Amino acid sequence: MTEPIITFDKVNKWYGNSFHVLRDIDLSVAKGERIVICGPSGSGKSTLIRCINRLEEHQQGRLVVDGVELTDDVKAIEAIRRQVGMVFQQFNLFPHLTVLENLTLAPMWVGKVPKAEAEERAMAQLKRVRIAEQAGKYPLQLSGGQQQRVAIARALCLTPKIMLFDEPTSALDPEMIKEVLDVMIELANQGITMLCVTHEMGFAKAVADRVIFMDQGQIIEQNNPHDFFDHPQSERTKDFLSKILGH
Amino acid sequence: MSIPFVAIEARPAPVSTEGLVPWMRRNLFGNPTSTVITLIMLALALLWLPKLLNWAVVHAVVAANADQCQAARGTGACWGVVAEKYRLIIFGRYPFEQQWRPLVATLLLGGLLVASCVRHFWRPQLALAWVVVLALFFALMRGGLLGLAPVETDRWGGLPLTMLLATLSIVGAFPLAVLVALGRRSKMPAIKTVCVLYVELIRGVPLVSVLFMASFMFPLFMPPGTSIDVLVRVLVGITLFAAAYMAEIVRGGLQAIPKGQQEAADTLGLTYWQAQRKIILPQALALVVPGIMNNFIAIFKDTSLVTIVSLYELTGSMSLALNSDSNWRPFKIEAYLFIAAIYFAFCFSMSRYSLWIEKQLSRSKNR
Repeated sequence: MTEPIITFDKVNKWYGNSFHVLRDIDLSVAKGERIVICGPSGSGKSTLIRCINRLEEHQQGRLVVDGVELTDDVKAIEAIRRQVGMVFQQFNLFPHLTVLENLTLAPMWVGKVPKAEAEERAMAQLKRVRIAEQAGKYPLQLSGGQQQRVAIARALCLTPKIMLFDEPTSALDPEMIKEVLDVMIELANQGITMLCVTHEMGFAKAVADRVIFMDQGQIIEQNNPHDFFDHPQSERTKDFLSKILGH
Repeated sequence: MSIPFVAIEARPAPVSTEGLVPWMRRNLFGNPTSTVITLIMLALALLWLPKLLNWAVVHAVVAANADQCQAARGTGACWGVVAEKYRLIIFGRYPFEQQWRPLVATLLLGGLLVASCVRHFWRPQLALAWVVVLALFFALMRGGLLGLAPVETDRWGGLPLTMLLATLSIVGAFPLAVLVALGRRSKMPAIKTVCVLYVELIRGVPLVSVLFMASFMFPLFMPPGTSIDVLVRVLVGITLFAAAYMAEIVRGGLQAIPKGQQEAADTLGLTYWQAQRKIILPQALALVVPGIMNNFIAIFKDTSLVTIVSLYELTGSMSLALNSDSNWRPFKIEAYLFIAAIYFAFCFSMSRYSLWIEKQLSRSKNR
């Protein structure tokens, strides 16, 4: 097995003094691996992936991303954020900037790429998510599915090694979920390392190398999708799966 | 069985909804209550308007003649006081024969302010224009070079002083307010504490006492022999005062920005200052344009308080001009109306400009 690109080593996190949200997390992610994380709400799955780009701080244990350990060192955090793209449930596009400006902002200011080149790259990413014709519009003029695809394109503009998806389809109307999932499947097939918190089990079956089930801050079970869905080991997993696959 | 389609010709509305008469019917005489209120207002207007017109126009004395004004007292306005005293009111105690200097300086500053409001001029050269115009303003007012007679700052007065105080304190207070607002939300306890203390202390005292301290108390703590110009001390006082209020307005805007915006900026690798400048502040400030403009207008009018530390800006120089002349002292009302008109012209322009800014900023919100 190749050197892992992300390593959690006994990582713990608390909110305040009493809410133990991540408990002794051990996890290593190989380069190019596609992981789907599921679990009931409050299980710590969003917190887990938000630790990877330091939107949340862990308080105990070691977390190494792309060879750099996450500490309070601002330079290290900035270095890691350049390698990690993230897509949020609420899109978090910048409403005062056009779609194109949303995409060129970070390359121009963080990557110091000249404007013309940044725009060229941005248009290429917009084509990739099939939304190039909306480049001049403002985010709020687009549908939810279109906004989320713009958000994916924005993250890709920095050519990250790792992509994090935090419930990317949970805020979408049902008829828009597919257009976003299609883009994500395409992306998954191109070999980028992906960690995705989602309840789209169809997506998990189609692209995931590994499915992780979390509950109460712990990783309860992890397996390849085939065994995870067909032969779940723990009672807790069986119970969860019966609830989300039951209808 | 299908129903055959029959096209219906467009018909005009049975009751016209456009034009003056329908508008009045809807808004002034819509129901008995509003009809009664309209009639009462109309009666009051008819009662008062002739009296006002009689006083302000028909029986008014326009000539700068104190005897005629005395004769018309109680029946007609004495606009002659403006004709007689306008130079003293507008330029204060500035040496009379040198008053072309504040006139030119004021026009330059006014031109700069107008130009700064026009989108066409929003380019780096504008900053240079500010430096040049302010330097010219001070050179003209202060003199002492190029053969201009020196004029100390305590003789500056009237509209030039009002404009200078308002402009510089607004220009100084706004960035300070942004920094304090950001500081109050900082994760660093020391910075946060300093900002909270600053805002609470300054907000807790009246502007008059800040000006007093700047003018009279501050020099006591200076080493003997050194002194800072009273104008500078007062400017700093007004700026600090205004910034404390504005900081809270800006903070209100910052709090309205969803947390996700900062997280998205972080995720993209933007530094703290890049994120504030490009993402957070443009949105936060756009939300609080009405509040900020409110504050700007308040600063403009609050400059009238510097009279208490013997700087005679527009209001002060008006009082000075009339109090020193017993012939004209009785006609303060007319003089007050005159400077009120000047204040109104400035404040109304600012408020219209703020509406224009709001319109510009609302573009991205249009779905």
